[in-house]
Amino acid sequence: MAKQYKAIGDEAWKNSVEKVNAELFIFTYGSLVVQLLRDHEDCTSVNQQLDKLGYNIGVRLADDMFARTTLDRCPDVRSTADAVAKVGFRMFLNTTPTVGLWTNDNEFSLLIEDNPLNDFCELPPRALRDGLWYSNVLCGVVRGALEMMHMQARVWFVRDVLRGDDTSEIRVRVERMLDEEVPAADE
Amino acid sequence: MSATYYFAIVGSADSPLYEAEFGVQRNENKHLHQFVVHAALDLVEDALFTTNACYLKIVDTYNDWNVSAYVTPSNVRLMLLHEVKAEEAIRAFFIDCHELFVKTLTNPFYDPSMPIQSQAFDAKVHSLAKKYLL
Repeated sequence: MAKQYKAIGDEAWKNSVEKVNAELFIFTYGSLVVQLLRDHEDCTSVNQQLDKLGYNIGVRLADDMFARTTLDRCPDVRSTADAVAKVGFRMFLNTTPTVGLWTNDNEFSLLIEDNPLNDFCELPPRALRDGLWYSNVLCGVVRGALEMMHMQARVWFVRDVLRGDDTSEIRVRVERMLDEEVPAADE
Repeated sequence: MSATYYFAIVGSADSPLYEAEFGVQRNENKHLHQFVVHAALDLVEDALFTTNACYLKIVDTYNDWNVSAYVTPSNVRLMLLHEVKAEEAIRAFFIDCHELFVKTLTNPFYDPSMPIQSQAFDAKVHSLAKKYLL
């Protein structure tokens, strides 16, 4: 099953997605974070804004991913995690996080070794002190995508290379399955 | 004789973005180093008219000291105050410092008019100095 996801992800990256210059994307994201910091001054609200941004991206990406690949419905949380990591991240960011640190079958970690958003970036001391998660948009994306698949999840950053840790880790806890309903409008 | 060097990066608005001293420091006022480099900035501008190259070699001398300059396309000047004339080593040092500076520019949190305060940058400049100059 795992090998299947990897193959689907690789094939999607090669053939089904349009590509853009990585540096353009990375610089755009960097200026976005810097501008948010200037507007909000407070790192907690910047983290929240990034998460909201990511949520809006994620709700669209989920259907996009299924449209471009031959994936079927995932039977359980474990295969959902594999699909997110090996297909989703691979297709849209060209990096494959490792899925690990499972607890209770509904909580897991995505360990990202080479997050492309982090290239060139060095956090200033103020952002380090105040707890900025630079790539928090990724948490929002995962949360939004899972919600489109009718799973309510809490997603948060645990470790980040930019903060001095050895790897970046996003923790995902699937809290419950949602009934068919329209997702909540602007939070 | 142990050599001393004073290295400064002067931004396009003529404000110093970074300063460092390498080698053994004798009892010379750092202000004097800054003054000599600042005075040499005019000569750097003159030299720019004569050539398309980035590395301007020695633009000025003051008593025993020579001032070498390297100007980036965005008019950021890398200035080195030195006694020993070692053109090729200094050229290589400037080129690597330029690369380091470009990497700093790509950091979204760096504002090009602010001084460079990153410890990592400082450490790398010192290691480059050790490699090429000392």
